[in-house]
Amino acid sequence: MGLSVQPGRTGVAVDPPSQESWVTTRLEFLVNWARASSLWPMPFGTACCAIEFMATAASRFDLARFGMERMSFSPRQADVLICAGRVPFKLAPVIRRIYQQMPQPKWVISMGACASSGGMFDNYAVVQGIDTIIPVDVYVPGCPPRPEALMHGIMMLQKKVMAQRSLAGGQQYAEMTIDPQSKLYIPPSRIDELSEPFGNSVHQTRSAP
Amino acid sequence: MSIVFPGAALGAAAPAPVTPRGIPHRGGDVNPSAATLAARFPDAVLRHEVTWGDTTVWIAAPRARQLIQWLRDDAGERYDYLVDVTAVEHRDAMRPLEVVWHLRSLPFRRFLRLKAELDPAAALVAPSISAVYASADWLEREVFDMFGIRFEGHPDLRRILMWESYAEGHPLRKDFPLRGRFSRAEQLSQALAANPEARYSMEELSVADAFHELPEDMKRRLQQQARQVEGA
Repeated sequence: MGLSVQPGRTGVAVDPPSQESWVTTRLEFLVNWARASSLWPMPFGTACCAIEFMATAASRFDLARFGMERMSFSPRQADVLICAGRVPFKLAPVIRRIYQQMPQPKWVISMGACASSGGMFDNYAVVQGIDTIIPVDVYVPGCPPRPEALMHGIMMLQKKVMAQRSLAGGQQYAEMTIDPQSKLYIPPSRIDELSEPFGNSVHQTRSAP
Repeated sequence: MSIVFPGAALGAAAPAPVTPRGIPHRGGDVNPSAATLAARFPDAVLRHEVTWGDTTVWIAAPRARQLIQWLRDDAGERYDYLVDVTAVEHRDAMRPLEVVWHLRSLPFRRFLRLKAELDPAAALVAPSISAVYASADWLEREVFDMFGIRFEGHPDLRRILMWESYAEGHPLRKDFPLRGRFSRAEQLSQALAANPEARYSMEELSVADAFHELPEDMKRRLQQQARQVEGA
């Protein structure tokens, strides 16, 4: 049996007539396939979305079909942080530290309205979207989202992982660091001057780290 | 430690409790503790009122600790369970703030609500009852955190819900804006600057080097407490 990948395409082709026992593919595809098929989630459940997340992991919806049955309660063995529920300001340094402890490559799913934008909690205690603290790959809308919605978000993330290209030097993933000396650098105060307030709060600004 | 069965002090002849029906909004049966309390402390008990079947007794704030101690220890009262300590600020700024204590007497099957009025123009101070009920410790910290009412005699009065370096005030006060006083960016940068591993009392301080990250006034207070413990 012969498997081969077409030039310029991602995927594995099977060539039964050749009757040979070899597989060709691109390393990039193989790595992405392995990563996308075994995303280990770090559940960061703070509210009712976590109940829906548990339902997704349970037998009826069965997250194991996506290679995600292994909930990693240690961020050091996790690939994807699923933030399910509202994040109060007191938890902001905690979720950032958890994200920093995850090994690269890492992804983040923001599950539900509260994690994505603060939701209805536009008040003194709740972070207005976790993307003001950590980068987010997939936003799942809903209050709370149904398990189907979360699985759709997971499949979107898997597509994103499959489409990942390796960087120069064989590096798979790079984290951007802000360089204040760069000519592209704009100080946060200037960003706030230039941009309108966004989100559902007049106090929410783009420069929020 | 002894097991107290509800209604144990009422005697075997006492009728079984029934679910009350058709309770009037105002008026109704007064908790007998209100009368005994007024007779025992005529200068500290101001008035009482029955709302939805529950008796509320207004007391003088500085005497709260003494009255509650008596309610707990007196053989005819035995209020052995502190349900809640909370506070009320009315929308009318002229009305005083109220500190509310909810007490329950399991042996007598009684519920009593005590209220003490605090002048909003003066310093908001009430006596702590954490020496009477250990469970008052965190409840009073919560009232302090949310309303800014200081409880005199509390062993460790600091914020409990908001983080220790929270600088925007007391969120449940009527003059506190819903979104807080600072901009979102400022709130977030202040929250992210907090060290999640810093514990705020010397006993809990497992990482010694987290100490220098605490605010100055907290450092001073913790050092004073540490000295007190050493001297004791």
